[in-house]
Formats: sequence, structure tokens, C-alpha cells
Amino acid sequence: MNAVLALPIIAPLVGAALTIMFRHSILQRIISFTALSISLISAIIITVDVSRDTDIAVSRLGGWPANIAITLVADRLAAMLLLISVSLLVIVLCFAIGQGARDEHSPIYHPVYLVLAAGISQAFLAGDLFNLFVAFELMLMASYVLLTLDGTDKQIKSGVTYVVLNVLKSLLLLTAVGLIFAATGTVSMSELPELLAALPVGVRTGLNLLLLVAFGIKAAVFPLYFWLPDSYPSAPSSVTAVFAGLLTKVGVYGIIRTETLLFPGNQANLLLWVAAFTMVVGVIGALAQSQMKRILSFHIISQIGYIVMGVALGTKAALAATVFYLMHHIPVKASLFLVEGIVERETGETEFDKVGGLARRSGFFALLFMIPALSLAGIPPFSGFLAKYSLLRAGFDGDQWLIIGIAIAVSLLTLISMTKIWIGLFWGEIMPPVPAERVGILRHHQLMTLSSAVLIAGTLGVAFMANPLYEFCVGAAEQLINPMMYVKAVRGS
Amino acid sequence: MSFLLVVLIGVLFAAGTYLLLQRSLTQIVLGIGVLANGVNMLILATSARQGTPPIVEGNEPPFTDPVPQALVLTAIVIGFALTAFLTALAWRLWTIEGHDLVEDDIEDRMVARRLISDHHRDVRDREDVDIDSSEDGSPA
Repeated sequence: MNAVLALPIIAPLVGAALTIMFRHSILQRIISFTALSISLISAIIITVDVSRDTDIAVSRLGGWPANIAITLVADRLAAMLLLISVSLLVIVLCFAIGQGARDEHSPIYHPVYLVLAAGISQAFLAGDLFNLFVAFELMLMASYVLLTLDGTDKQIKSGVTYVVLNVLKSLLLLTAVGLIFAATGTVSMSELPELLAALPVGVRTGLNLLLLVAFGIKAAVFPLYFWLPDSYPSAPSSVTAVFAGLLTKVGVYGIIRTETLLFPGNQANLLLWVAAFTMVVGVIGALAQSQMKRILSFHIISQIGYIVMGVALGTKAALAATVFYLMHHIPVKASLFLVEGIVERETGETEFDKVGGLARRSGFFALLFMIPALSLAGIPPFSGFLAKYSLLRAGFDGDQWLIIGIAIAVSLLTLISMTKIWIGLFWGEIMPPVPAERVGILRHHQLMTLSSAVLIAGTLGVAFMANPLYEFCVGAAEQLINPMMYVKAVRGS
Repeated sequence: MSFLLVVLIGVLFAAGTYLLLQRSLTQIVLGIGVLANGVNMLILATSARQGTPPIVEGNEPPFTDPVPQALVLTAIVIGFALTAFLTALAWRLWTIEGHDLVEDDIEDRMVARRLISDHHRDVRDREDVDIDSSEDGSPA
């Protein structure tokens, strides 16, 4: 088990080094796929291992004792997020190759993409806070480069906001980690729960809030969300899909760890308000937009609200719903951005008044948008309904009527803005005009459509296999609500 | 931890924050550098367990805790890379724009401008009506 846990981090990093050395584009693709496949296989092995029994997989690099070694820990939540992330990264890489855009041909695209993969994997597996900080930096550094890869006017301008805000976040996170180390003498997440619980309440709250602000900036929760709609839309669609699906979720992962492992239930009320405002602000922002990429970017924010709501409720059922929501949300959100990428590639535009009639051109393509869009809004047969239903049921159990009302209203508004995209892009006359032989969309973008279709099939899979998957999530919630399971697993190994 | 160090950390944080709030990217980069140094000082000053230098032969425990220094060393390297990247961004912005001022979101600006021009049109229309109704009387 030891070596397997390190593979999702090491394989992409080695791949990144190799792709820097070999700049031939075919060779780079082969190396990238090999590296990510190794990650994927080890992620599958880890997930299977963790889900058989409620075991938590632990690996101490170099075989040092627990308080000295760099510890990698995979409980159910981490293993699941790892598996989903790596699968998404593979699919989006296929999409980027199919897109044939300028950025994928850039010789640094593949190395940076692989570093991003390593950073995300490390963030989920990190067993101590400082390692988590380093993982964030690895991931963010790669994301800065991907976001500004073209070096165009617009990308640089929005890149500046993104980079400065995230550097500020990094410094806050480092301050929090440093102060936690000063207060307790350790950064290991297996030793912190007991030591933090022994601190005076003022110090505890201060450290907790500092961590929450740092992770909150990354997760784009209210009132720290403003950088996201400015920066995400200017990146190429394949990059935005990864950012939307994974980067904000790493921030959410940080919030979940802070609130369940380090400071259990400390700021529940605050988080509940944050969740409510995040949902509302995100969806209202989306309603005001008239461009598909910007609408989707605002919806990232609003969906984060639902996930934070589950964390704030904090019961076992709510945490299970949160984990299930993450499982549903990552592929759905990413596939919407992939569909947007196909539209952009085909028509060159995603403004509503410049594009139209896509459903007339290809019914199947319209279906590719419709499934994740309805799923995002929470319409019954799709995964979004199950995720929202379980979350709301957890809210009923806790008698949180206000937040339930807000959550339902927001999902209605989500449906409205999805309908807005549908009316704007898929209905009406075909715009811009195309020659008769080029009416079909799928034929011209086979690899892009195929990879989007695989991802959407994955979201349908989440809906059809909901029962066993939900049981897995309940197991994950059990581990989250009993921090001692985590602590014992790391110490006992 | 000496009082002087605490004051220094405070000054570094304050100066860094002030510089971060400026419009020019060069100043922001400097602010990030100052703030990062403040954080590094904070870690070193708050969490170092005093003692003799480790590894050196003949020294007796208690040793100085090497962990904070390892943390800070990593943080310095990361900070260096970030500063380099931000400087490159500032240079790129300068070659494109001729200045390195951070702008507002373009989309937001357009929405705001649309609102302002709508407002002006409304006001103008209203004033026109006023002028029409008071043509023979005193100036509007």
C-alpha cells in the first residue's frame, strides 16, 4: 500500500520532467497519458482498498516514524476525490487534444498540466498541514501558467487578479499553519485534533477563522468569491473545465478537513450563513449574465454554497450528502464547460445574441448540454436531484427551514439560467450561418464530443448507481464525524 | 521572542498590506515580497524552540528545533518563484498596455457604463421635458 499512495503524486511529476525534456508533441501526449494512467490505476487501487473495509490507508514516506516522516493519508473522502479528479484530468486531456487549440500545442502545456495533476493529488493525500500548503502551491503555480498560457491582453489582465488574490490566500494559509505550529508544536493532522482541543477558546477560534478565510478564498465562498467570475472565463475551455471541477473543490476539501478533523463543529452557524449567501449571490450573478462561460462561472459559486451547507449542518447524514454532492458536482460542472468549449470551437462565440439554433444543427449535441444542465438544477432522474434531495433531507432532520427554503429557491433559479442558455444558444435560427454540408457538429469534433460524452455518461452512472455510491458516502461521513478514526489509523500504522 | 521582532513583524505586515492595495502591479509585487517576509519572520519568531545548534559535534541537547527553519526555507523558495512569475506578468502587462496598472473587470465596467449612460439619457429626457414646459418662463 505504501508505494501506491505516493504514485498519484510521483508519476505526474516524473512525467512533467520528461515532457520538459522531450518537446515533440506526439511524444508529450504519450508521456502525459502514461503518467496519468499510472495515477488513475493507483487511485482505483486505493479507492477499492479503502472501500472494502472502513480502513484508512496510510503511508509514511521513507519509513520514518510518524512524527518525522511525510505522511500520506487516504480516507474514503480523499480516495474518492482522488479517483474522480484523476479520471477528470484524463478525460479533459483527451478533450484538449481533440480541441487542437493553440495552447495544447504549446510545449509547456503538458508539463504544467501534469504538475497540476500532482498538486491536486497531493492536496487530497496530504497528512499534515504544511504538506497541504505545499500541495496548494504546486497546484496554484501550475494554474497561474495555464491561465495565462496565451499571454493575450485579456488573459494577462484577468490573470493578474487571479494570481494576486491566490498569492494573498497562500500567505494567509502559511500564517495560519505557522501560528498553529507555534501554538501546538506540530502540523501533523493526526496529532492536531487533541492538541487544538486543549487550547484556550480564543486562540482556537482565531486559528480556525484564519484557516477558513484562506480556504474560503480558494473555494470562492461569499464574501471571498469576487475573483472567480473575472478570471475563469478568460482561460481556454479545457483549462476552465479542470479549474471549475477541481480547483475550487480542493478549497472545499480544506474547509471540510478544518471543520471535521481540526475544529469539529466550531463555526457551524457562521458557515450556514456563508452557505446561504454563497448560493444566492452566485445564482443572482449568473442570471445577470448573457454569455455561457460567465453564467457557468457564477454557478460554480452558487453550487459551492450547497456543499458548504452540508458541512455547516455537520450531522452524519449531512456530511454523507456533502460527499455525494461533490461526487455529482465535479463531473457535471466540468462537462458543462466541455460542452461550452465545443460551442466556442464551432462558432467562435458564446454570446447569446451571436449564436443560435444549435439544437437544429445536432439533436445529440443538444442532449449533451441538456443532461448536465438539468442535473445541475436538480431535476429528478439525474444525479443532481439525488444530491440535493439527500442534502435537503439532512436539513429537515436538523430543522433548518430557512436554509432549506433558500436552497430550493436557488435551484429553481439555477433552472431558469440553464433555460436561458438553452433559449439563447440552442433554440431559434441557426446563427452564425453555416454551409449546408457543415450542419452537423459532432462529425467535426469527434474527440471533443466523445470525451464530453464519456464524462456525461459518468454523471448518469452516479445517478444509476446511487445506492452503492451513497453507502460509500455514508462510510466516508462516518470517518469524518469520528476524527479519532483518522488519528488512530495514522498512529497505529 | 524579543519585543523588537514583534514590532518588526507588525511593520512588515502593515507595509505589505498597504502596498497590496495599490493599483500598480510593481508595487503589489513588492507588497507580496514584504508580506511574505513578515510571515516568515512570524514563523521563525513564534515557533523556534531555543537551544544549541543541532548536527554540530560536541553540542549538547536541547537542540534548536529545526522544523520551523525547514518550513520557512520551503516558504522562501515558493515565494521566490511567485515573485518571479508576478514580475513576468507585470512586464507582459507593461509591454501590452504601456503601464502596469491593474484594471477592473472589463465586463463589470461595461455594465456600469451602460447603467450610467441609461441614467444620463433619462435625466436628459426629463430635462428636455422641463425646458419644453418652461419655454416662455424663467430659465430651467
